[in-house]
Amino acid sequence: MNMPTPARQTARRRSVLPGFGMSAAITTLMITAMVIIPLAVLGLRAASLGPTEFLAAAWTPRARAAYAVSLGASLTAAIVSSVCGLLVAWVLVRINFPGRRLLDSLVDVPLALPTAVAGLVYSTLYVERGWLGRFLVPMGVQAAYSWLGIVLVLVFVSLPFTIRVVQPVLESLDRDTEEASRMLGASRRQTFLRVILPAIFPAVITGFALALARALGEYGAVVFISGNMPFKTEIAPVLIVSRLEEFAYAEATAIAVVLLVMSITLLVIVNGLQQRVARNAQ
Amino acid sequence: MPQPTITSANPLTERLLIAAAVGVVGLLIVVPLASVFAEAFAEGPAAWWRALAHDPDTRHAIWLSLTVAPLAVAINTVFGVATAWLVSRFRFPGRALLITLCDVPFSVSPVVAGLALVLIFGRQGLLGPMLQSLGWKVIFAWPGLVLATTFVTLPLVVRELIPVMEAIGPEEELAAVSLGASGWQVFTRITLPNIRWALLHGIVLANARAMGEFGAVYVVSGHIAGATDTMPLRVEKLFQEYRTPASMAVASVLAGLALVTLVAKVVIERHLEAEAHALAAARSLPDSLDNTPHDASLTTSTKGPVA
Repeated sequence: MNMPTPARQTARRRSVLPGFGMSAAITTLMITAMVIIPLAVLGLRAASLGPTEFLAAAWTPRARAAYAVSLGASLTAAIVSSVCGLLVAWVLVRINFPGRRLLDSLVDVPLALPTAVAGLVYSTLYVERGWLGRFLVPMGVQAAYSWLGIVLVLVFVSLPFTIRVVQPVLESLDRDTEEASRMLGASRRQTFLRVILPAIFPAVITGFALALARALGEYGAVVFISGNMPFKTEIAPVLIVSRLEEFAYAEATAIAVVLLVMSITLLVIVNGLQQRVARNAQ
Repeated sequence: MPQPTITSANPLTERLLIAAAVGVVGLLIVVPLASVFAEAFAEGPAAWWRALAHDPDTRHAIWLSLTVAPLAVAINTVFGVATAWLVSRFRFPGRALLITLCDVPFSVSPVVAGLALVLIFGRQGLLGPMLQSLGWKVIFAWPGLVLATTFVTLPLVVRELIPVMEAIGPEEELAAVSLGASGWQVFTRITLPNIRWALLHGIVLANARAMGEFGAVYVVSGHIAGATDTMPLRVEKLFQEYRTPASMAVASVLAGLALVTLVAKVVIERHLEAEAHALAAARSLPDSLDNTPHDASLTTSTKGPVA
């Protein structure tokens, strides 16, 4: 029987299968109402400010400090998260040890745990009387109400991303190439640097980009631990909320648009990278 | 420990790596998780229960979370199924753009999402005057909470369903249609049973995210205690009021829910893996067979009626 499948019917929009109309209607309604209109409203409101006013609103000294804190902390966290993520993914995939399944499940905790709970717990852990703070503060490591605390909590929320992107690529790695390299006399280090690392590098970079995107937008976890001090530990989302509460909608919108442009750019980069990873993994 | 191979590291290195990985996960994940429960029950279970049940604002926050989150998840489930059906079974201009648009909530900061909602529904917003004349409150009321939560959980069900529906393919549904099944019959008897584990996975993840959402809800709620505080917002408010034990109590409920989510996730993922293996086994015939139409029956013989 020669039954055409929908994939080959590029000339026709409809196919034998039912439900195109209804599903298209639901999808269009939701995407328009929940994604397109909110983004459009943000863009239009920002555009209505005009270039000079927009710049004045989005480029105040306090805003610039907030971008710096956001970008700096997020970049640091993404780097740390990528390195730790590679380490954990490596251990989970390449080494067999009792408790490996448990460790694997624990990796998903930051995805399931509310960010507010993470923020609350991190701040109570690292203050002077906290479980960890009582050791760290006397050593001079002030994690609560500081930039370090922001980085720690951002690593927490981004760790699942860096691990879960690298894990499948490590799993599907071709052992034959590795074995050939070792048999031809390369040391383990050489094999890692010249055979394995290049193969997993796209995935590591994707994980880094995902972690960065996640960290830039994070609000709930940071709000508890950073102390939100303007010019020092105030991240961009906190500044937006601050401005909103003062009814300075124009300024809030301008800063939000800057943050949005950063995020959407990252989204485009990540999508491109993920397609490359998918191609390489085949 | 398995036999070392030529590609594995020496045992000492392996042990160091394991220790390092366990250290990272332990420090960043296990210690915080444990401390939530330890601090919540630090003054005994009676105090924990009092903090939750005897505070009317906390009770309301729990009730609010338990109504807003499932509603948002239900909306996104309908959306997810519809969009997955559309994207995986049809080809049309704009399909790739649609898929990208579905991912937008992932990359937008929740605070920005909340701000957008305020700009639309707030008193000085686009629809502000109209809503005021109708007497409807969206911002600073539960409809706004539902909208904000729906936005942030939008991609979660769709992203689960699209790969599964594309992997399964339309053959069974086409066969059903050719045998005279109506659209609804095709959906309930063929599609839904095929995607039920992926659907459940998406629902579980979306629910966890919805109950834990903070940033977007914070912006639209006005955080009026006893009226628009969800559980995460309640945690923050109690923390601001220096009532840390009570804050920890509410946080422990959320953390407990997170653990339940993880267990459910692991169970569902086992079913998903089993299904993926079955699918791969059924499809693991040489390419030459797939291309000739009269041999198509061989590839679908284990799955459904032969056309």
